[in-house]
Amino acid sequence: MELVCPAGNLPSLKTAVDHGANAVYFGFRDDTNARHFAGLNFTPNKMAEGVEYARRRGVRVFIALNTYPRPDGFTRWQEAVDRAADLGVDALIAADLGVLDYASSKHPDLPLHLSVQGSATNYEALRFYHENFGVRRAVLPRVLSMSQIRHVVDNSPVEVEVFAFGSLCVMVEGRCILSSYATGRSPNTYGACSPASHVEWIETPDGLDTRLGGVLIQRHPKGENVGYPTLCKGTFRVGDQTYHAIEEPISLNAMELLPELQAAGVKAVKIEGRQRSPVYVGQVTKVWRQALDAFARDPDNFTPRPEWTAELGKVSEGAQTTLGAYHRPWQ
Amino acid sequence: MSQTDHRPSDRPGPRLSLGPISYYWPKDKVDAFYAQAATLPVDIVYLGETICGKRNELRLEDWLAIGERLAEAGKEVVLSTLSLLEAESEMMRLRAICDNGRFLVEANDMGAVQLLQGRPFVVGHSVNVYNDRSLQVLARGGLKRWVLPVELTADTLAEMQRLRPDGIETEVYAYGRLPLAYSARCFTARARNLPKDDCQYCCIDYPDGLVVSTQDEQGFLALNGVQTQSAATNNLLPELDRLRELEVDILRINPQAEGTGEIVRLFDQALRGECSPAEASKKVNALTPSGACDGYWHGAAGMDQVANA
Repeated sequence: MELVCPAGNLPSLKTAVDHGANAVYFGFRDDTNARHFAGLNFTPNKMAEGVEYARRRGVRVFIALNTYPRPDGFTRWQEAVDRAADLGVDALIAADLGVLDYASSKHPDLPLHLSVQGSATNYEALRFYHENFGVRRAVLPRVLSMSQIRHVVDNSPVEVEVFAFGSLCVMVEGRCILSSYATGRSPNTYGACSPASHVEWIETPDGLDTRLGGVLIQRHPKGENVGYPTLCKGTFRVGDQTYHAIEEPISLNAMELLPELQAAGVKAVKIEGRQRSPVYVGQVTKVWRQALDAFARDPDNFTPRPEWTAELGKVSEGAQTTLGAYHRPWQ
Repeated sequence: MSQTDHRPSDRPGPRLSLGPISYYWPKDKVDAFYAQAATLPVDIVYLGETICGKRNELRLEDWLAIGERLAEAGKEVVLSTLSLLEAESEMMRLRAICDNGRFLVEANDMGAVQLLQGRPFVVGHSVNVYNDRSLQVLARGGLKRWVLPVELTADTLAEMQRLRPDGIETEVYAYGRLPLAYSARCFTARARNLPKDDCQYCCIDYPDGLVVSTQDEQGFLALNGVQTQSAATNNLLPELDRLRELEVDILRINPQAEGTGEIVRLFDQALRGECSPAEASKKVNALTPSGACDGYWHGAAGMDQVANA
């Protein structure tokens, strides 16, 4: 299985390449990709440098162009597709029907991957993207169980890539506008969930409140560890209970499922975290490289080593990990 | 409130539709709702379960029977599909709906779009159509009508209308709690400390969804099984003049547990010019389960109330 690693910037890209990624994915420095955060992503020059760096070391490069342009912005997405084609990247990761249509007709030799933002959770959807745009691979949303993934792969005309580690996105990607409901900016249109520009930390006599678009997301007692206020991991009241009504702040770690993912026919495992530091990218890539290599050497006796799990725990939200939807009881 | 004597067909546009029921209602309530719907001044009725494959109070035969009765009452009937398709059992039901041979189908997922290629179909608001080139792709496959994704603004709609392919109808989600997200996880079952596999169909207890409040008591979201909605109800009735100017073909009203008939009549009265959109809207807002919003239309946060106060 291919190890696909995130590169929010050039130092992260180099770190991922140096620590054993098989492929890196990154985006342009604007709202054409779903990790549009200040200080992240690549100018055209840096991107050329990144492509060159990865190429020379035999690592594949994927460009994410996975937001949904509105009519007035469409030419910018077209230009981004053209730039990606000019760079000779190994794949363009896109979600929008119009962008995929443009890319496949203008650059028929440019390999296309369906982004997780394309919200394809079943093989009929994958057939659509394959038949209409020649899509070769699809990244599945983090909502399917292991048996559902097996079924999709069995019936899919395209390769399947799944998320293996990183933030646990609870909602079907590409179909969650919770963030824009509170802030006016969504992953689909603006390329960011819970954008920092709309986050406020407000000290109170009892601790610290975090708000997103003015909505109280989290109330921290004094001294409690304060995480980034992603809306779906906030604490809310339902009836007379106050709890993480949608999801706890927790990360996805599917390492123990490597044998099952391989048996299912999954072609690539993806590490989430273009918004994270180069240190994170280096640590996670290194551990996953070791795990994949160990698995390849002795597939029948694979179990995650405690030191790998400990290392990944250090970079997980709330220092906790879950199998998420891969594991049926989570659902 | 007495029943209107007017027929929808003698009213100036846009037409009115009733969206599919988002919630899990007992069969008796669904039957009563559509018996009433047959008498309401709506032109189009969308039928079927769009949220959760486990909700089985009504089977496809039941929906088809309701569809026949509504068609006899002069309504255009459309069958709506699930928004999140994962299991093969769901795919089998999807195929049966797409092959029903009688009614138009609204695809709420790209899997449904694939199965409907070559036949006329509608795409719902949960299929991401954010630009005219996407509309063209779908039009090649048989698209007849699309519903504007709810987070898009009036200005984007104006662009889309200018560029839409010939013969494609545009529908706008004009009234209802906003559909904000879909997940494999059932948040209603979670709120009851039940696993999804043993959910006990508990969302039947929440005919308008289960409200999620912030810790400072702001009603914020509504849990509806695997769907998350807004607590506030999107109401674009005050925007009627602009909707007309933009040549929107259809305004969608999503059913809620109580007052839907009254809300439909108020939309109808505003369309007929029997009362001003603002006046009708005020009465409509009084019938929402937890207040109104219109932020998306105006390019603000969806939860905001910009022109709708």
